[in-house]
Amino acid sequence: MAETTESKKEEADYKRLHSFPLIRHTDMPEEMRVETMELCVTACEKFATNNENAAKMIKESMDKKFGSSWHVVIGEGFGFEVTHEVKNLLYMFFGGSLAVCVWKCA
Amino acid sequence: MPVAHKTGAVKSKQDEEDGTETGEGDEWMQGKTLIKPLDQLDLTEAELKEEFTRILTANNPHAPQNIVRYSFKERSYKPISSVDQLAVHFVLEGNLLHQDSDEARRQRAKQGDVEEGGGEERADSVESKAGKKEQKITNQFNFSERASQTLNNPLRERGCQTEPPPRANFSATANQWEIYDVYLEVLQKQEKNKEKAKAVPKKDDDKGKKKMMLVETQSDDITKVAKVAKIIERMVNQNTFDDIAQDFKYFEDASDEYREQEGTLLPLWKFQYDKAKRLSVTALCWNESYKDLFAVGLGSYDFTKQGRGMLVFYSLKNSTFPEYIYPTTSGILCLDIHKHLPYLVAVGFYDGCVAVYNLKEETLQPIYKSTAKSGKHTDPVWQVKWQKDDMDNNHNFFSVSSDGRVVSWTLVKNELVFTDIIKLSLAGAVSEGPEGVQLPIMACGTSFDFHKQIDYLFLVGTEEGKIHKCSKAYSSQFLETYNAHNMAVDAVKWNHFHTKVFISCSSDWTVKIWDHTIKTPMFTFDLNASVGDVAWSPYSSTVFAAVTTDGKVHTFDLSINKYEAICQQPVVAKKKTKLTHIEFNPVYPIIIVGDDRGYVTSLKLSPNLRKKPKEKKGQELPKGPEVEIAKMEKLLSLLREPENSNA
Repeated sequence: MAETTESKKEEADYKRLHSFPLIRHTDMPEEMRVETMELCVTACEKFATNNENAAKMIKESMDKKFGSSWHVVIGEGFGFEVTHEVKNLLYMFFGGSLAVCVWKCA
Repeated sequence: MPVAHKTGAVKSKQDEEDGTETGEGDEWMQGKTLIKPLDQLDLTEAELKEEFTRILTANNPHAPQNIVRYSFKERSYKPISSVDQLAVHFVLEGNLLHQDSDEARRQRAKQGDVEEGGGEERADSVESKAGKKEQKITNQFNFSERASQTLNNPLRERGCQTEPPPRANFSATANQWEIYDVYLEVLQKQEKNKEKAKAVPKKDDDKGKKKMMLVETQSDDITKVAKVAKIIERMVNQNTFDDIAQDFKYFEDASDEYREQEGTLLPLWKFQYDKAKRLSVTALCWNESYKDLFAVGLGSYDFTKQGRGMLVFYSLKNSTFPEYIYPTTSGILCLDIHKHLPYLVAVGFYDGCVAVYNLKEETLQPIYKSTAKSGKHTDPVWQVKWQKDDMDNNHNFFSVSSDGRVVSWTLVKNELVFTDIIKLSLAGAVSEGPEGVQLPIMACGTSFDFHKQIDYLFLVGTEEGKIHKCSKAYSSQFLETYNAHNMAVDAVKWNHFHTKVFISCSSDWTVKIWDHTIKTPMFTFDLNASVGDVAWSPYSSTVFAAVTTDGKVHTFDLSINKYEAICQQPVVAKKKTKLTHIEFNPVYPIIIVGDDRGYVTSLKLSPNLRKKPKEKKGQELPKGPEVEIAKMEKLLSLLREPENSNA
């Protein structure tokens, strides 16, 4: 009993602790990076259940702000290899289990 | 062609001429009652019913029924077989052409051209013009055609392709475990940083470390430039003092040829350091390995004005700023650079300490320093000298001080171990201590020098004016004592070449040259002022120089003039400046002179001062120390003989 409660606590803890947005790799300039990260967080929180809509929102906003054409992938388990325009890539983790990859390639 | 009709009711044409009206009227007025015209034939009914047959034929009534033509063949008139029955009623000439006829073909050709050239206006206009030309006949006499065409610039194609924005590939995997790992790592780092932030304000050391870190990082940037900056500084100095550098290397005073016996000293660089302005130069030493580097010890001779001191190293390549600076708490009185290890410097202080500095190290502190516990002198240390490494391969040096001790210091690992070599006791002078114990009064040693070849032999000069010849082996007794001077012996120096000769100078205005086997001096020179220092030249056994407190440098060459200086030259601007030390450079013909204002002046010796014995014709000049020794020996023998003869 104690063990399970402990493990539950750990899980809850870890979820709480690990849910901050963490940028894993990026080569964007400072301003762009911050803006994009905040946009991703907003989108993921808004469409917590639907990755597609979140991705859609992100992509459309990025297209408007920074030009075409952007690509967004949100998921919990995927591997990828992409060609992106230099200084236009952001790869970040969020919510303890979500990974978001945003890049620009015309 | 009119068609033949056979109708009963139709009236003949001739008859109808009159009755046409009635015929027409008949039809018109069908419904109305018949009106008989007045001129109508009245016929009986029987006559009316009579049928007349009319036959319509194609024959032309107007055509002749027989045409006769003359036939020339038969020479008679013959009737034509057939008579033309054609009666032409109406002729209208039409515009229709048969499509195969020539005219039609011609017309079609024309039409064809016009249709093809319908799009081009020019062709059209040309056609039309041609047409017009054909149509319009220009006036031959009064018509001139003017036409002009503007210049059309040639067209050029230009294309450009901008560079597409650079692209890069990126690949990664997004798994649950990878996300988890990364988060853990980041959290751990954050925790570490927090700990560091907490730990630092507690400890003071950390602050120091932090500062050190800052300093280090700062100096990292500067140290990278330091080497380059140094080179540039030297270059700038060389350029600024270019004439001095040239003089140093190449200038030879030509006027020396005319002055038989005299020479001059050419002032070269002047070395001074801001922070050393109030200190006097108390020691000078050239570095054996780096011929352009020399050390200056700064302190004060004044008993009342004792303050800090400085150890400064200058290079001839940079006369504006020292290479190494070591500030010290007490004034320096003497220094010596190790012959083989150019980075080891032994220093003696006014407060009786001795220290060893390592130039290689970054710190400003000496690597060894004697303390009260470890046998430091109780009085100022007047001279230090490095010795050869002892049997354990430890470096060691000697020091002499006013407390009457000559001490040998050995650098053993981290310590400075001292050994009293000899105590300078005043002969005969004994004082009564407490409880009636007799304490020997110590003499004050002011200078010493070790023999160049005989290792254990050394000379000590004292404040009383005596010079003692001592051996390292005997700790209480002197080998010999010379009553040299009336005042303190400021310097004692062995000759570099001749093993028996040494020189001494004193504040009693005299410089004396001795043969250590003879108790009286060989030569005595009175310089009219207190002599601060004397030095043998490294290139000749008969040349030496002395400095006096009136600011003059006296250079002697015994082979040229036994009684007088061949050069007496004031080297400092103000007469009040006292010259304190002098040293010859082992390689170059320059000397450095230190004064009591902290300046070091370098001077070049003119050729007359550096004379070597003249070559005899046909004889090869034997080079080397033997010559020098022989020179000296000759001089001495001259002196000795008269002495012997006198005695």
